[in-house]
Amino acid sequence: MNTTELPATYVAGELQATNVAGLADWRDYFALLKPRVMTLVVFSAACAMAVAPGHIHPVIGFVAMLCVAVGAGAAGALNQWYEADIDALMKRTANRPLPAGRVDRGEALNFGVAFAVGSVAIMGVAVNWLAAAILAVSILFYVLVYTVGLKRRTPQNIVIGGAAGAFPPLIGWAAVTGDISALPVLLFALIFLWTPPHFWALALFMEADYSKAGVPMLPVTAGATATRRQILLYTLVLVPVSLMPWALGLTGWIYGGTALVFGLGFIACALAVWRNTATLAADMAPEKRMFRFSLLYLFMLFAALVVDYWILPWNA
Amino acid sequence: MERMTDAQTEAFIAARKSRNKALGLLLGGLAVLFFVITVVKFVI
Repeated sequence: MNTTELPATYVAGELQATNVAGLADWRDYFALLKPRVMTLVVFSAACAMAVAPGHIHPVIGFVAMLCVAVGAGAAGALNQWYEADIDALMKRTANRPLPAGRVDRGEALNFGVAFAVGSVAIMGVAVNWLAAAILAVSILFYVLVYTVGLKRRTPQNIVIGGAAGAFPPLIGWAAVTGDISALPVLLFALIFLWTPPHFWALALFMEADYSKAGVPMLPVTAGATATRRQILLYTLVLVPVSLMPWALGLTGWIYGGTALVFGLGFIACALAVWRNTATLAADMAPEKRMFRFSLLYLFMLFAALVVDYWILPWNA
Repeated sequence: MERMTDAQTEAFIAARKSRNKALGLLLGGLAVLFFVITVVKFVI
């Protein structure tokens, strides 16, 4: 091997054998964007865009979705930059690029800031500045309010922080209409109220990890019984709110029926969690079922919204 | 300070090549995106 091909710093032997930061490939940077979280964010924004009144050029619509995806990814990268220390302590996150040492923290910060600024700027110039402003607020809310302000301080972290994940329908709607009306606000409320039962179900069977990392999730600070009660209460509020778009005549029966059926399923899951008394993760089948069902629930409601819009002329 | 072994050097070069390709694609994609946005903005 001809070592003259290497940069001077490396030829000089400044890269220690144990330092793998220079070994990150594109997959590590892609992983910084939290692609799985990004999928749900883009899906909810795209559904809101699909049902918003008015017309958007397909290219501009694509640019809007790209900006939402990149903005969400940037927020994920900045979250990982700030949380590298606690990610290293949790089994679920220990192999992320930063705690595993494959990506340098400074690089992750630059990467996140560049993508955040770029996505907001392109959204503003190509789509409209209201959508760009909401995108900017959602990124700042996720990074500054949730990640920096709440996550390590209060068990209400994901209750308030849940707002960050609820912004995408507002962005998708604003990209088409240039304003905000009742339906996107109700979709915001839907995701906002869905977030606590979704994350607390996860936190119940991952409690040991959160406890080890010192993250004050509700199961860590208040115990499993109180968390299960809160999951049920939030679910009982969530389901009526999910029916409001239909009850107010903003959607048709396809969305209403889907929200009702899946809402009853969500309540059934929450009741099973509430009745469970297990303290070991291995015995928390209802919690794991609820976590999986919550993802399906949100997907089905947004999909039903789009199907409803295309089949029934409620927006004509 | 410890020098990289041949295997580590190879891995380092492969990773750098992968990052450079991704960055090239990203910049090329941005150029195409800005061009298309400009054309569309003129049309609508």
